[in-house]
Order: sequence, then structure tokens, then C-alpha cells
Amino acid sequence: MALLGEWTPRLGLDLRGGTSITLSARTADGTDVTDDSMRQAVDIIRARVDGSGVAESEITTQGRTNIVVQVPDVGEEELVQLVGQTAELRFRPVRAVIPGGSPAPVPTPTEAGTPTPGATPSAAPTPAATPLPTASPAAGRALTEGLLSQGTESPTVTPSPTATPTPTPGTAPTQPPAADGPATAEEQAQLAELDCADLQAGSVDDPDASLFTCDQAGANRFLLGAADVVGTDVDSATAGIPQGDVAWVVDLDFTDEGAAKFLASTQALSTQTFPNNAFAIVLDGRVVSYPTVEEPIPGGRATISGQFSQADAQALATVLNYGALPLTFETSDVSTVTPTLGSNQLKAGLLAGAIGLGLVLLYSLFYYRGLGLVVMASLVVAGLMTYAAIVLLGAAIGFTLTIAGIAGIIVSIGITADSFVVFFERIRDEIREGRSVRMSVETGWVRARRTVLTSDAVSLMAAFFLYVFSVANVRGFAFALGLTTLVDLIVVFLFTKPLVTVLARSRFFGAGHPWSGLDPQRLGAPSRAGRVRERLMGPPPKEATS
Amino acid sequence: MSQRNLGNRLYTGEASLPIVTHSKRWYAISAVLMLVAIGAVLLRGGLQLGVEFTGGAELTAQVAQTSDSTVPGVREAVIDTGIEEASEPRVVVVGDDNVRIHTGSLTPEETTTVRDAVAAELDVSRDEITAQVIGPSWGAQITRQALVGLTLFVLAIAVFLSVIYEWKMALAALVALLHDVVFTVGIYALVGFDVTPATVIGFLTILGYSLYDTVVIFDKVRENTKGITAQNQVTYAEAANLGLNQTLMRSMNTAIIGLLPIGSILFVGAGLLGAGTLKDLALALFVGVAVGTYSSIFIATPLLVDLKNREPTIAGLARRVEARRAAAKVQRSEPAQAPSVVAAAAARGGSVVERGERRQPQRQTRSQRRGSGGRPAR
Repeated sequence: MALLGEWTPRLGLDLRGGTSITLSARTADGTDVTDDSMRQAVDIIRARVDGSGVAESEITTQGRTNIVVQVPDVGEEELVQLVGQTAELRFRPVRAVIPGGSPAPVPTPTEAGTPTPGATPSAAPTPAATPLPTASPAAGRALTEGLLSQGTESPTVTPSPTATPTPTPGTAPTQPPAADGPATAEEQAQLAELDCADLQAGSVDDPDASLFTCDQAGANRFLLGAADVVGTDVDSATAGIPQGDVAWVVDLDFTDEGAAKFLASTQALSTQTFPNNAFAIVLDGRVVSYPTVEEPIPGGRATISGQFSQADAQALATVLNYGALPLTFETSDVSTVTPTLGSNQLKAGLLAGAIGLGLVLLYSLFYYRGLGLVVMASLVVAGLMTYAAIVLLGAAIGFTLTIAGIAGIIVSIGITADSFVVFFERIRDEIREGRSVRMSVETGWVRARRTVLTSDAVSLMAAFFLYVFSVANVRGFAFALGLTTLVDLIVVFLFTKPLVTVLARSRFFGAGHPWSGLDPQRLGAPSRAGRVRERLMGPPPKEATS
Repeated sequence: MSQRNLGNRLYTGEASLPIVTHSKRWYAISAVLMLVAIGAVLLRGGLQLGVEFTGGAELTAQVAQTSDSTVPGVREAVIDTGIEEASEPRVVVVGDDNVRIHTGSLTPEETTTVRDAVAAELDVSRDEITAQVIGPSWGAQITRQALVGLTLFVLAIAVFLSVIYEWKMALAALVALLHDVVFTVGIYALVGFDVTPATVIGFLTILGYSLYDTVVIFDKVRENTKGITAQNQVTYAEAANLGLNQTLMRSMNTAIIGLLPIGSILFVGAGLLGAGTLKDLALALFVGVAVGTYSSIFIATPLLVDLKNREPTIAGLARRVEARRAAAKVQRSEPAQAPSVVAAAAARGGSVVERGERRQPQRQTRSQRRGSGGRPAR
């Protein structure tokens, strides 16, 4: 284990320490979770985790409904919260916008006692960077004239400096009672005080209340009205370039219910002036985009256009689709293992393996004498192959060795050694029948082979079903069991059998030396040849055998 | 030496344990054990489930040295956090230097609070405390998944064994399997060991092991009983019992070799780590492998014989053998011809019909059978 680099297996979190979070997806209406929606969910969770700046995170699915997030650091409570929440997509009318991520003139006092999560994207006050898209009815794939983006100029809303500021750091997104129309002077002031850096990542907002929040980059501050349209009203969203055009757009399809809501919303919005004619697409309480509306959009289809790059458009489409994703997540299992405990478990596992291996070898030597050396050599070869396979699989498919996997490997020492036991017992049976050692090896092998194949097939089936249908730890164990069973087959067929064949030609084994484990005299051959048949055929005539 | 001799004598049938003959005895023993196991589960109100199945939080802190005041101190500290779910913590010392705390389900913030409280009380770093928080439905999900996998596995095994052997062997093997699982679960209920996912892994491995062990014996039984109805010297029960005895040394060796590494996991897991995955797994395996070896010998094979004896041809064989033996007793004084029969069979290399009486040897050497290209079966 002292080897370094790619010569060591990838260790699971329970062996090196870290945090593992298992989320179970569930649909709101109790229907099956589709693979497609799981993929989207994984994408969103990966984006959240990566956005929080955690290095070396690993996000995988288990079974059909579980997502496992593993990070090497201990004590990532914020991360648990970040990945475990239900993502909510809402469309909210924009009531006010202030560029910049924090109140520029007055330094915001950092509240003591409310730790700023490391997961919050740092505020980068570059207001002009956000393109301002527009939403338009999608007539086929063509865009309605004059609805293209108004350009990138940032909205300018002058904050009113009057009124008593009521700072709300630390608990954002802040949710004043629902109201419509432009922000009041008081709300403007409140918005001006908002610092995007204080927003907690991923808090869940109340769809029926107004919302103070920022966009995802922390570049603009918003006051938004109550949600008109929610994520489940979206049927699907796709990013693409309309025919005859060069710019990326996002096409949006609403459900029937969503279409009606969206029409009502756009009717109201289109009568307003900027910024109140925009609706914000809000995911996880953050504004993803805020297209303006120039006319009511009927028919349940809309196109969002702007100066999107391909990546922007696709990201927006993903977000919109995710809103349509009828999944909620439940935090099923959160485990943190300290590195100390991890390395203790690893040491214990290795020690147990070494002791187990040693005992098996001692017993083999005691019972099978010379053949015990064959057991030793075979187990060493099997051990090397297993180790190599684990290292290679770690590099190739990200297989990690967990404590359950180590247990599986230790258990398999017994199963592997049993293949040799079956083989050797068969050889000895043949010698008892009065055959020469060399003949016995060959005939014994033919019969042992079938038994080994059958019983290993049972082991492989067990490993396969355990792996496919189980969750959590059990999979690591099943994988190790299946792997070592395969290794067992390879070693018995390609190493042990040829080795015994070669050894049988030697004088020591071939002539049945007392210490070879194949001594015909000790095994009751050859003078007792035929004894079995006699016994089966009734009382043997005692005088006839001698 | 004596061990070797026992192996030889078991193989030749010189020393034979009448296991199949006394099948009723083994059934009775197992039935009583099953009842005790089921009774234990019922009386105890089920198994002692670990935090993974019940939902809740488990924190483990490693400290330099525990003392008598450790447990009440930690308990106090956890209760003092004022978190409702943590108002009744279970605190235990595991090994010499581990303190384990169980509470109800905690939110991430509450986990941090409790962790900080425990860290302050024990004077260790917060990062040195291992925590696991399980949602309330996770255990149900693990269990459901395991049951689905288990059902499909059992079905697949039944089909597999039916195809390569016969359905009666599959049935007997699966009954033995059920026996092992019930028995192991019973021991868990009786002793009150915690059932964790690692224990479930152990149970599942027992399934594989128990079948594996049974398959090796059945393989020999099948070999011994191939074409058995074509003669009238041995009954199916006798041939099966011989197969059992012939593989007895293998069964013992396999059990010993299997138990040695498991025992070392148990020893190291319990001794060095106090508790955890390794110990839970090894404990289930240790019990299961021992029971699995027993059931392969004493349940699976006798049951197979009972099933086979319901077949008219096998029952007919038993009657013929009995009749022939009764007749043989009368002719006892005549010199037997057994050795020459062996030679004759070898020369002919096929089934033997001699002097109007079937005297085909039950066991032929492989080369004879291969040479015959498969004798006329049955």
C-alpha cells in the first residue's frame, strides 16, 4: 500500500474520509422517475456543487432514483443543504432592478453569527454583462419582427435615497408581502440595501410573495412580484438556431394550464414599461434570465431571444426543463467519515486480510502438505490480479474500494481457496481409485472443472443481482465479490491447473512423496482399488480383497 | 494421519455417516431451531435495527481515553443543545476510545450544533467526529431494493439449478437457503445484535455461500446417481448418502477455510475498531457460513432424497434393491463375485447384464464411461 500514484486503488470515502450525501428522487404524483429527468437532476446538482467551489466532487446515480454526491472534505453542512433542496423554477414579474451586486456607497456590515456560506457565488458587479433577452410568441420557428433583444444596456433605475433603510442581510431572499406593479419607494430603498453576497445559496422562496434577490452572477438586484407561472407549467424547452437566423434562442412550450397563465401574465406585462414589462426566470431563488415582453403571447409557445451564446442558450433550456422536472429530493443518507477513522478502517481491513490469508495458508499446508504451496502461489497470483483489476477499474471507470469491498475480497479468499480444495479432493479421489498421480490430475481436473464452474456461476449470479438491485454499500461488496470470482476462475484455469500438471511430472509429486499430499499409500490406494464399487454392491467379500 | 484415514474411509464408504437414513432427526432438530428463531423474532418484537433503517443521526467521536463521566457528560451536552430530536440521545462507549451518539433525525444545521457540542465536551476537533444522518425512508428503500434483488436472485437460481440439475435439487437447495436465513436472523434477534446495511450484505452473502456449498454436494450426488435406475444394487438414498460422505471432507475443509478469514475480520473488526461495517458483516457471515455448511449436509441432501423417493422409478428401485438383498441373504453361503464383476465391467465398458440378473456397478471410472460414449441411460 506504500506504492504511490496510479499504482494504488481509488479509496472510497469510508477509507479516506469525506462526506457522502445520498438523495432519493420522488415524483410529486407518485409515478416512476424517468431516466431522462434523473439525468437533468444530476446536471443541476453537479452545477450547484461545482458552483460552490468544492473540489474533487463526485456525483453518481445509484439504482433508478438515487443520486450520490461525494466530496472529500468533512463538515460540509452547507453542501448538504445546497444539494438536498428541492429546486423550484418560477416566472415572476420584475418590479424593480438595480444593477450591481451590493449597495455601492455604504459598506454593508457583516452580521456576526451568520456564516456566509462558501457556496455562495461571489458577487461580481459587472451589470452590463448580462444580456437582456426578450420573450416572443413563437410562430413556427420564426421570430416576430422587432422583438429581438433591445441590446445589452443595463436597466437604469434610480434608487430613491429617502426612507429608512431596513437592511436584511443574511436571511435573503427576503420576501415582503405580494404586491404588483412598480416598487414603492420603500421597497426601492430596501432593494438598494441588498447585498448579493449575503444571499444564502439555494433557499426556497415562497411563490406567493414578492422576492428580493439577485441574478446568478450576483450582478443585478431585483424586486420580483408573486410567481405567475411555476416550473411545472413548462412542458419543455429547447435551445436552437431558428432557420435563416444566426443567433441562439430558446423555444418554450407550456402545458395547457401554463399557456393560460402565461397569456394572462404577458397580457399584464406588455402594457408596462421597462423594467416592469420583464418577467424573471427564477431558479433556486436566483434570477437566471429576465426577458421583456412586448405583446401578449397566446398559444402556449414562446421564444426567448437575446444575445445568447450556444452555452447560454443551452444552460437556460436546461434550467427551464428542470423546472418542468416533477422531482423532489429527499436527503436519505448523509455520512461524514473523518480521515482518522477512514485510515483506521483501512488498516483494520488490511490486517484482517493478512491474518485471514495467513491462516488459510497455514491450514492448506497442514492439510495438503506440498499442495499447500500450490494454494499459496495461486492465492498470491489471485491477489495480484485482484489488486491490478481494482487499480485499473479505478482509473478506467472510477471504481472505488470501500470497506464493504475489502470485506468482499477477504471473504472471497475462502471461496477462491475452495476451488483448489474441490480440485485437490478430486485428484485424491482419483488416486484412491488406483490411478497414477499424473493421470489423477487430468481426470480429477475434468470433474472438478464442472463443479468449480457451476458453483462459481452461482457466486457470479449472486454478485450480479446484488449489484444491480441494491444501493449504497452493498454494491461495493457485490462488485468485489463478482470481480474476485472471475479472478478465481481465471487463476484456477490458467494458473493452478497448469501448475499442478507440471508439478505432477516432478518426482516429488509424481511419485507421491509423503509430503506431497498425494501419497497413494496414505490415500488408501492402490491396493484398495475398486473398494468403492464393492461397497456399493453390497457386503464385500472380506477374503477376496486382500 | 487419522484425519487422512477418515477421509479415505469416508470416500470408499468404509466409514459412512448415516445422514440420509436419519433425515427425520435432522428435520426435527431444524424445525425446533426454526421455531426458536421465529419465536425469538416475534418475542423481541423484530430485530434491533441500526440507524440506517430507523432514520436518525449517529455521531462517533474518537477520544484519547474515556472515563466514567464521559457518557453522562456527552449526554448532558447533547440535551443542552435544546434540539427536540436530540432530547433523548443514546450514548455508548465503543471499544476504549470511541463514543457513539444516536439521536433522532437532524437537519444539517442541527447536526453541526450537536457536533460542536460533543466536540466541546470531549475536547476534540469538530472534524474528528464522524456523523451519519439518515432520512426516515432510506431504510425502507434499502430493504425494498434488497428484497427485489433477493426475489429475482432466488428465481434465477431456481431456473439455473433446474436447467443444469433438476428442479428437485433446486427446491431442496432453496429450502436449505431459507433455513439458513431464518436461523441467522433468529440468532440476531436472540442476541440482539444491531442490524445494519452491512449485516444485510452479510445475509445476502450467506445466500450465495449456502447455495455454493449445496451445489458442490449435489454435483457429487448427481454423479453417483446417474443411471441409477438401471441397476438394483443400491437405492437412491444410499447413493446420495455416499456422495454426501465423499464430499464431507471437502465440506469441512471449505467451511474451515471460509471461516478462517471471516473469523479474522471478526477479530480485527471487533478488536481494533470496536464496531462498524467490518464487524457487522463478519458476524453475519460467521453465523451464516456455519449454518450454511450444516444445512447443505443435513437438510438439502436428505430433502432431495425425500423428493426423489416420490418418483415411481426411484421408489421402484428401492423395492427392487430390498427384494434382491432379501434374496442375497438366502444365498449368503455362495462365494460372491464382486471383484470379477469390476474387471468384467471394465472390459465391456458399458452396462452389465450378467446371468439374467442386472449387476451393473453403480460407480464406474470416468474412462469407462467416456469410453462407452454414454451408456444407455435408464
